[in-house]
Amino acid sequence: MDTTTFIIVAVIKIALVVFIMLTGVAYTTWLERKLVGRIQNRWGPTRVGPFGLLQPLADGIKFILKEDMIPDNVHKGLFILAPMLALTMSLISIAVIPFGETITVAGKTTALQISGITHSGGGISDINIGLLIILGVTSIGVYGVALAGWSSNSKYSLLGSLRASAQMISYELALGLSLVGILLLSGTLSLREIVGAQSGTWVLAGQNTHIPHWFIFPQIIGFFIYLLAAFAETNRIPFDLPEAETELVAGYHTEYSSMKFAMFFMAEYVNMFTVACLASLLFFGGWHGPHIASAPALVQSLLPVLWFALKVFFFIFLYIWIRGTLPRFRYDQLMAFGWKFLLPLAIANIIVTSLIVAWRG
Amino acid sequence: MVPLSWYLILSAILFCLGVFGFLLKRNIITIFMSIELMLNAVNLSFVAFANYWNSHPHKLASGADVVPLSGHVFVFFVMVVAAAEAAVGLAIIISVFRTRETLNVDQVNLLKL
Amino acid sequence: MIIHQVLFIVFGIICVAGAVNLLAQRHPINSALSLVVVMASLALIYLLLGAEFVAAIQIIVYAGAIMVLFVFVIMLLNAGEEERTRGSRIALLIGVPGVVVLAGTVGWLLVHSGGQLGSVSISSSNFGETHSIARLLFKDFLLPFEITSVLILIAIMGAVVLGKREG
Repeated sequence: MDTTTFIIVAVIKIALVVFIMLTGVAYTTWLERKLVGRIQNRWGPTRVGPFGLLQPLADGIKFILKEDMIPDNVHKGLFILAPMLALTMSLISIAVIPFGETITVAGKTTALQISGITHSGGGISDINIGLLIILGVTSIGVYGVALAGWSSNSKYSLLGSLRASAQMISYELALGLSLVGILLLSGTLSLREIVGAQSGTWVLAGQNTHIPHWFIFPQIIGFFIYLLAAFAETNRIPFDLPEAETELVAGYHTEYSSMKFAMFFMAEYVNMFTVACLASLLFFGGWHGPHIASAPALVQSLLPVLWFALKVFFFIFLYIWIRGTLPRFRYDQLMAFGWKFLLPLAIANIIVTSLIVAWRG
Repeated sequence: MVPLSWYLILSAILFCLGVFGFLLKRNIITIFMSIELMLNAVNLSFVAFANYWNSHPHKLASGADVVPLSGHVFVFFVMVVAAAEAAVGLAIIISVFRTRETLNVDQVNLLKL
Repeated sequence: MIIHQVLFIVFGIICVAGAVNLLAQRHPINSALSLVVVMASLALIYLLLGAEFVAAIQIIVYAGAIMVLFVFVIMLLNAGEEERTRGSRIALLIGVPGVVVLAGTVGWLLVHSGGQLGSVSISSSNFGETHSIARLLFKDFLLPFEITSVLILIAIMGAVVLGKREG
């Protein structure tokens, strides 16, 4: 397709994905409050709308209408920049995540991915280094946290942000290394091709077991390392010491109010979404699922998106379930766990995986 | 089609700004950051030449071909060395700060405390 | 292509502006953030040169790890703004003309004989692909690769030993 059509289609895709993402984030907060409430044997929000479904709307209106305070002795530029940086970096990683194959609307075929390009021959190209871009964006996200705490000119914020940044950069190592097993099995850094390598079923000793060719089966240890490291990266329980109310008032976002606090909040949930999307893409086969051959073409191209959404929902549910169940780590336990347990385990996973891949030829 | 000399001029400007910073600034950390700027300028030269040799193949005096991607590999090594140097250098800066209580290089000019 | 030149000029101006800001700022945290901007714009220029792997590791390693370390140290030591002392006057007197001469010489050389060099283009072939770099790294450059891993180990040990408090 020519340049103008391409740009229009890309803008439509971006607007749609960002809208769906932010609505998803808002309803994830509702889901969290409901589920954690149920785990703690209480109702959760029930007043605003049926089942409390309009609660995120009420929260949004509250955030917008609250007074936006900037304390006196803060470093103004960094104070305003930090939440914007955190939210921007979270949203950038959505650009390389593929949601399905292609969709054809009004004669134009486009890939279900913001950075995907369809060719006239029917192939789809993706960014060659999609996984590295997500890792890079995660690394830049640390700045949002570090600068927020430092610019707030308050001891709770500074301590919270130093702890949070140290935690995030420590677990980035285990996160990256746990994904190397996937790279060894699929041979590519492009997310779409990794999902493509998970099509079909496992064939063991000439026999076709009817187990899907998902990477969770050979990489179960890598999966657990990834999940634990991702929980620590997104500062969720059991690794949420930096923002625990009982420990540090509110950690690095103590001094923030209204929209800026909402931006940190949204950035945390969008990070959760990115982690869930990556886990489903890399370990659970992405959008692969049962086909319904008799459906119209539009439904057939949206059905993979449904399977993908179900897998992402499972991971979000897991996040919230663990939040309601586990206590939090102490800071020294947290750092010891990341450096002394997860990192050697990830390296051992890489060694074993590469030996097996080399042996099988 | 951007002329190669533009990339080299950008690299030279960054390198000279790095040298400026190294000589002028008095804060140890800023001096260290100017060193990183110089390393980045050199990386840019390597990558620009790697692209150049890819489109204009060249033979060395010994008859061997220039491998274009070796520029990228060299940038990889420069980054690794810069990371190692940053870690050790910042550890040194922290120890100097612990004893001298200052980050100004002009005040760290006596061996005796 | 004109878009290539426009993009290069835009990213180049951001790069140089960041580097000048690094020198002009008095507080080290502002210098550190300007350096992050320089590194990010350099990563974009590497993408213009087809070096996708190098651009990705520039963001991950340089902007995402080394500069975070710098920002950490600045935050921990609570370094204030820097003062001008007597030593800096001498450096100004000798350093500024020296650097101007260096910059002028290199610039004149490049502009004068720049026409003899060719031009670079955004190559559509798989030039900076990760596969090819990995092949080079693990075959031709295997020995330097292993030595850098020893170098990193030494750096880790050095940083741990230097960071310890006395007693």
